[in-house]
Amino acid sequence: MKKFVKQSGLVMPLNRANVDTDFIIPKQFLKSIKRSGFGVNLFDEHRYLDKGEPGQDNSHRPLNPDFVMNQPRYKGATVLLARENFGCGSSREHAPWALDDYGFRIIIAPSYADIFFNNCFKNGILPIVLEADVVDKLFKAVEAQEGYALTVDLEAQQILLPGGESIPFEVDAFRKYCLINGLDDIGLTLQDADTIKAFEQKWRAASPWYFGVQG
Amino acid sequence: MTGKTLYDKLWDSHLVTQRDDGTALIYIDRQLIHEVTSPQAFEGLRMTGRRPWRADANFATPDHNIPTTRNERAEGLEGIRDPISRIQVKTLDENCRDFGIFELDMNDERQGIVHVVGPEQGATLPGMTIVCGDSHTSTHGALGALAHGIGTSEVEHVMATQCLLQKKMKNMLIRVDGRLNPGVTAKDIVLAIIGEIGTAGGTGYTIEFGGEAIRSLSMEGRMTVCNMAIEAGARAGLIAVDETTLDYIKGRPFAPKGEMWERAAAAWRGLVSDEDAHFDRVVVIDAADIIPQVTWGTSPEMVAPITGEVPDPDKESNPSRRENMRQALKYMGLQPGMKMTDIKLDCIFIGSCTNSRIEDLRAAAAVVKGHKVAANVEMALVVPGSGLVKKQAEAEGLDKIFVEAGLEWREPGCSMCLAMNADQLGAGKHCASTSNRNFEGRQGFGGRTHLVSPAMAAAAAINGHFVDVRDMLLTLDR
Repeated sequence: MKKFVKQSGLVMPLNRANVDTDFIIPKQFLKSIKRSGFGVNLFDEHRYLDKGEPGQDNSHRPLNPDFVMNQPRYKGATVLLARENFGCGSSREHAPWALDDYGFRIIIAPSYADIFFNNCFKNGILPIVLEADVVDKLFKAVEAQEGYALTVDLEAQQILLPGGESIPFEVDAFRKYCLINGLDDIGLTLQDADTIKAFEQKWRAASPWYFGVQG
Repeated sequence: MTGKTLYDKLWDSHLVTQRDDGTALIYIDRQLIHEVTSPQAFEGLRMTGRRPWRADANFATPDHNIPTTRNERAEGLEGIRDPISRIQVKTLDENCRDFGIFELDMNDERQGIVHVVGPEQGATLPGMTIVCGDSHTSTHGALGALAHGIGTSEVEHVMATQCLLQKKMKNMLIRVDGRLNPGVTAKDIVLAIIGEIGTAGGTGYTIEFGGEAIRSLSMEGRMTVCNMAIEAGARAGLIAVDETTLDYIKGRPFAPKGEMWERAAAAWRGLVSDEDAHFDRVVVIDAADIIPQVTWGTSPEMVAPITGEVPDPDKESNPSRRENMRQALKYMGLQPGMKMTDIKLDCIFIGSCTNSRIEDLRAAAAVVKGHKVAANVEMALVVPGSGLVKKQAEAEGLDKIFVEAGLEWREPGCSMCLAMNADQLGAGKHCASTSNRNFEGRQGFGGRTHLVSPAMAAAAAINGHFVDVRDMLLTLDR
């Protein structure tokens, strides 16, 4: 997994509550058996005016000029500013894959859906939770100033704003450790293989009906 | 000392180890697999040279991309016209073969939507921890199992380690007291709950559903309720084990038999919350107040009783919610103040992991029997949840009732719930759907979804617009 220590980037505001995973990446793109290449279809139904299909050349598709992502001032954004319950809906990891493939490394929102929140950390994306009124102020600041960029220092758990002000944020100690070191969960868990085996043996003895029964 | 909730008991019995910050490894008894969220996980195993920790804990069936017409199905994999979909289904077959995983392939009689097939085969058992790369895994909580939807990285993690990294959730009890009125179903209960607590109301919680109205539901109804726990934001929903649960499981292929059954059943009877258990939040709903529900917006919380009307965003005080309502009404092409019964329909979809079980099909058939689909309804699909549900329905003659009424009787799969296969809702078309999500574009680009119960969808099919199915049932009784 990619390491995340300190990142700076341009902020793109997505002023909409309850952005669901179908909004982030529509289902037709879930047919891929790969992890990459979803970035061109991020927010597909809002970014383009026509219906997208997997494998097509997206460079000729009509863009929706009203969608924030198509405004030149937000080109190259790596920080996504969002509203409450971001990422609700399905468990598709294609949602963070699409965000990552497009270039987003940081999301800031008042709240997230649980599965999406979890999926972000598995892909080196940092979802930050801030109070709704703080997010509201950020929306106003970003919209008022072209080129609004910020820096996230994960080690210090601080967001550094352009004016020199900083905002602290919370993050799970374990998730922070994994992000900073770019650690793969599976490798870490397998360090506990003996503990898992011991548990499994006990559990099998207590509940044999869960083991090895085939229809 | 206070007692434990059902969730506490399931958590404690599967806790392998816990780190200082509360992150735990939870042992997973069963992983259900479908074709969409698994290929990258299998690829990850290959790249790292890992094998499944316990191949026999995994159970696979393709469902999302599967065509639902008889002719396409008869051709097997070649019947999947979209080459990208075909590769995905074929990849699942190959991965299951290579890694020694049990699979019901697309033309196995027992194939179907993974959340219908798991319980039907007894692959879902009480007291289990279950995961699947699919958010509607919450369905299996209806059997007293702790079931989570997970992402693909976690699918790979569970394959490789038999454990899920997880922090413990908080406990919520939603108690539905009293009895439902005739014509009101499990779907209406869960839509009413989501209307009450919102789509983020359950975020961070495991929700246990209890109370007389829940206890009185069949297993099919309980699965409908738990299925949509995720639409209330909760990764897992739960219902305590009782005799209804045990009666449902007994004799199923993967269920224990003989003396092993007796031992298991005795253990499972303890899978209830203790009377003095502490819940962090309790929501109480009176079943008698629940009226058949219809969604009017683009989130399951945007729901109203059939006797109500489309709400007015101008009357909403929260600005973010007001803006959301405006966006939703624009997308749905509806006006504030419009009666729910004035919403006209172009399409009917009866199916999905929410409502494609035998009881759902019986309820829909009872309403359409002897009637014809309204002229303005262009497409009306009935898609059973599994091959075995289909077989049972045909044995009861339900297929004939649907076909005579002008609905199409299809082969099992996820179908137009998320339209990954060829079953798609056209742009601007309104669909009465028994599925679980009314998100923009969910059933097809530009499609407009209204979530309802099977009986309400059937009533809408005949009338061409929404009606209160309770009125129709009164007529039927006469």
